[in-house]
Amino acid sequence: MRRKTKVLTTQVAIIVGLLVLWEAGVRASVIDPFFFPAPSTIVARIVEWMATADFWTDLGITLLETILSFVIGIAIGTILGIWLGLTPFAADVFQPFIKVFNAIPRILLGPIFVIWFGLGLASKVALGVTLVLFVAFFNTFQGVREVNPVVLANARLLRASKSSLLRHVYLPSATTWILSSLRVSVGMAVMGAVVAEYLGSSAGLGHLIAQAEGVLDATGVFSGIIVLSVFVVALDAIVDRIEKRLLVWRPAQAHEA
Amino acid sequence: MGQETLAVDLRDVVVRFGDFTAVRNMNLQVGEAEFVAVVGPTGCGKSTILNAVTGLLKPAAGDVLIFGKPLVGLNEQSGYMLQQEGLLPWKTAEDNVGLGLVFQGAPVADAREKARVWLAKVGLKGFEARYPHQLSGGQRKRVAMAQTLILEPKIVLMDEPFSALDVHTRRLMHRILLDLWQADRRSLVFITHDLDEAITLADRVVVMSAGPGSRMVGDVAITLPRPRDVSSLQTTDAFIALYRQIWSLLGAEVEKSYATQD
Repeated sequence: MRRKTKVLTTQVAIIVGLLVLWEAGVRASVIDPFFFPAPSTIVARIVEWMATADFWTDLGITLLETILSFVIGIAIGTILGIWLGLTPFAADVFQPFIKVFNAIPRILLGPIFVIWFGLGLASKVALGVTLVLFVAFFNTFQGVREVNPVVLANARLLRASKSSLLRHVYLPSATTWILSSLRVSVGMAVMGAVVAEYLGSSAGLGHLIAQAEGVLDATGVFSGIIVLSVFVVALDAIVDRIEKRLLVWRPAQAHEA
Repeated sequence: MGQETLAVDLRDVVVRFGDFTAVRNMNLQVGEAEFVAVVGPTGCGKSTILNAVTGLLKPAAGDVLIFGKPLVGLNEQSGYMLQQEGLLPWKTAEDNVGLGLVFQGAPVADAREKARVWLAKVGLKGFEARYPHQLSGGQRKRVAMAQTLILEPKIVLMDEPFSALDVHTRRLMHRILLDLWQADRRSLVFITHDLDEAITLADRVVVMSAGPGSRMVGDVAITLPRPRDVSSLQTTDAFIALYRQIWSLLGAEVEKSYATQD
């Protein structure tokens, strides 16, 4: 407990120290506010944003895109992972294709998706899905493949049918893998949404940042980045809650690892 | 009494894995409500026999009769308790025990209710909501035992179920198993390499020869009266005499198995 407080105090000290140095640097004209706007200016900008309805619309749109990418990506990835995990033939056939597709830097698909699906929601979700899908797929695949053989044999000896095995053995086993990758998936979903917005859109946090960049407004870019970080941290906390609740059965050491 | 049908009747069973003959001309008869222990050196194919009785393994030759009928497909009358840990880590003790019932289509609430009765039978009242990692090795074994027995199989197969436990826990398990069996006698085939364990528990001890191509080399009736007191039994003269008698058969086979391993 004492160690924990010590760690926390040090962390706060580092942040406060950095911010004070930064602020002081700008005020003393050592740092050029054109490139590094003062923290106070950034905070003022965020407060200003928060008073406008547009900002909340942007945030809502990015949130919606993130959630859609996340849910669709996880669903497709999980189904694919279970299918390939349970059918070795299909796995052997499709594995090279999946590897190649996964090797494509997905961000580069953004412009294509904008061409295909337009500037609206669909192109953002499409990019997010391609990012989340693979994380979910690889983890589910692994989870299904690495079911403890003794547990499996035992369930079979208890006369589990195929669907029972799926429901009581394969899925829970894969769930632990999927859950441990949820945090990565959330990050991916946000990234997909924001990058796609940045590449071409009329709303969203990515659009906000792109607009600020367009007029060389560093304050706007920094503010956007800060808002995004808070956004991701908040989502992360929610995912953490879900994970803790679903993995109560796991031994404590594995939790912290 | 009338004519008694055998629960398990293996006749000249041969099991081969490719060119390797694991078991040769195995004959094993287990009566209804009889407790038979099979002992033998490591690698003699003891588990192979159980797999043949469950139907997981088709013998290359010979017959497997279950209650007088040739076994086709998987054995519906048997319950199998594995040597290793097979509990689902994401299910509580009661859900693990009721698992087989749920697989049969029973509603979860009913399965839980029955599972609680069985957990009490194996001395785990109050541990219903624990997950496997929150239980000790012996407690997990008891959950596994309840998981197998709740389905009320006519033939219970156990493959060195207590071999990983320490001596005291193992003795506790023996007591629980004997109490359960005493209360509701079923045919039980118990594989072990521990002769003490075999004599303590069984009505009959069957000795297998060293592999490969192992066969039955001895079949000794354990005449010790029941119910047996697990803690004092092993120091009685009758027990020691039986131990000597069976060890005279088993010891030679163990020596042989060492010789082939070198």
